[in-house]
Amino acid sequence: MNAIDVLDGGLLTTVQDLGRTGWQRFGVPVSGAMDAWALCAANRLVGNEEGAAALEITLAGPVLRIDGDGVIGVTGADLGASLNGRPLPLWQAVAVRDGAELAFSGRRAGMRAYLAVAGAIDVPAVLGSRSTFTRARLGGFQGRALAAGDRVPVGPCPIARGLEGRRLPREAVPSFGPARTVRVVMGPQDAAFTAEGIRTFLSESFTLTAQSDRVGCRLSGPPIAHLGGADIVSDATACGAVQVSGDGMPIVLMADRGTTGGYTKIATVATADLPILAQAAPGDRLRFTAVGIDEARAALRLERAKLDRIGPEEAATAPAPEIFEEDSGSSLAAAAYVELAGALGVPEAGRAEHGHALRAPMPGLVVSVGVAPGDVVAAGQPLLVIEAMKMQSPVRAPRGGCVARVFVQAGMQVEGGAALVEFEAAARRKD
Amino acid sequence: MQAAPRILHAGDSALVAEYGDAIDVRLNARVRQLQRTIEASGQAGLVELVPTYRSLMVHYDPMVLSHEAVAGLILEAAGHLPEDDREPARVVDVPVLYGGNEGPDLGDVAARAGLREAEVVELHAAGDYLVFMIGFMPGFPYLGGLPPAIATPRLATPRALVPAGSVGIAGAQTGIYPSESPGGWRLIGRTPVRLFDARLEPPALLQAGDHLRFVPVSRPEYDAIARDVERERYRPHVRVAPASP
Repeated sequence: MNAIDVLDGGLLTTVQDLGRTGWQRFGVPVSGAMDAWALCAANRLVGNEEGAAALEITLAGPVLRIDGDGVIGVTGADLGASLNGRPLPLWQAVAVRDGAELAFSGRRAGMRAYLAVAGAIDVPAVLGSRSTFTRARLGGFQGRALAAGDRVPVGPCPIARGLEGRRLPREAVPSFGPARTVRVVMGPQDAAFTAEGIRTFLSESFTLTAQSDRVGCRLSGPPIAHLGGADIVSDATACGAVQVSGDGMPIVLMADRGTTGGYTKIATVATADLPILAQAAPGDRLRFTAVGIDEARAALRLERAKLDRIGPEEAATAPAPEIFEEDSGSSLAAAAYVELAGALGVPEAGRAEHGHALRAPMPGLVVSVGVAPGDVVAAGQPLLVIEAMKMQSPVRAPRGGCVARVFVQAGMQVEGGAALVEFEAAARRKD
Repeated sequence: MQAAPRILHAGDSALVAEYGDAIDVRLNARVRQLQRTIEASGQAGLVELVPTYRSLMVHYDPMVLSHEAVAGLILEAAGHLPEDDREPARVVDVPVLYGGNEGPDLGDVAARAGLREAEVVELHAAGDYLVFMIGFMPGFPYLGGLPPAIATPRLATPRALVPAGSVGIAGAQTGIYPSESPGGWRLIGRTPVRLFDARLEPPALLQAGDHLRFVPVSRPEYDAIARDVERERYRPHVRVAPASP
């Protein structure tokens, strides 16, 4: 891929990486991705360093045209991504062809999506980072959000093959609900609040307001009472600091926060839970629960470990164009598949007498069946389509082989784990 | 032995070493001593140190260091600060064209202080100011040392746009806008010198602990410096002052 041409910039699309550390003492905000975890995931999908520069896409996405063949990965919020008009699976590396058009139809869940491309966004580093800090027109693409007519350069991709189909296992994909609980470490200025104020903070729910931006997530709720005033002699601010100013309303300071501030900070959001703030939409409700530093650190370790689960599917990679045929439910079926593929090696008496049965990954309605006994199928080939939770998902062959029996037909309701297709035992020995 | 700082929790990736909650020259110098001592340790896993008026924020990588280890490091360093808390400081001259279009509020400041404009300029440029810290926006110095006689409240209605380099007064503080921004400080002059340039490392003209002196310049001098800055030929006047305070 040579570049990304911007046909429409969307609401706020900026180049971000993990931020500009080391310059806060000179008043330079860290910036970087609001949802750093999703940025790392996107980069890992496409084989980049996890802190490489990618696009942060806010709420209403852009329209982009890809110049040159390449591999992309979209993570974070579900903003209705599509590739050439077909739904684009999230949390998965997808091959794209020269001239492909990437668009976003609208928000379904979350606030910020991340688009990483193999080779990474290649804008000049400013003070060691490619992040955009729009307020000072610093870094990123000319210090500003992308707009129609921009041509965003993409770096050379050292790994050309084997990227597509890499994915985050379904169970590791975060969900973005409208009511979430956020873990915080109390302090640094929790002593500046009344016991009642602390109780309010930890027991009430707060609503994200539309005034939230990359500087901070502004919340409204019952006022949090200070002992004395809200002002302090200015000190430094950590990412996730929950600042409470004179009106008692909390603001969670985020990526573009000022490096110093003169208001009390009752608590600091655990790094592991910062993505909840980054993905919260106006109107979403948040509660806070206090944890110790060790617990917050353990939570972060857990989140980091999830990133290590990104990798190729166990089944052989599906032919690239077929990925575009799928809807967003495909990753569900595919994830169930990885487990099925492993389970297939264990014969289960009483279900299929011979060979190895492919079982339904979930309960649902069989919409169509595309194979018959005697068919020779390739690994990754769609065999049938199951509809569950209003989404149609293809069920693919976990490996190549010859179909012995088909137990279902279109219109049948099946239970999770029900045998769908049985393969010839010989097929397995070929592997 | 020095008094140990209080260790405050700032989440799972930063601790605060707090020496007090006042704006105080000695306390501020102690913060920087602690910063230098911790930096000299070369400890792996420290991400960055941010000194403020009265405290030091220590950002660390929680995948490398525990908070106990970082707290231990801070207290160990704090216990071994030099007895002599004076520090050699840089004195940076900042040329300022006072009044006129560059300082539209100079007349107001003078009137409120019951002084002539020239007296305000003389007072403002008389002594060294200490850079307590840099913050708020890239390169913005929090300065101590404004003569109380010319302290003036902020404008009731902030300006929509204040040019970069504007020198203003807000209450007991004086400061310089490093970049164009909205602002309510009373503007008494302007410097042609850049306080922040992201192409340079370090990107800011000033750092915490510096001393700053405003040097009144004439219109032709201002223009000449502005041209040099534009051509990237200007070098700020920096000298090393005797140890202070």
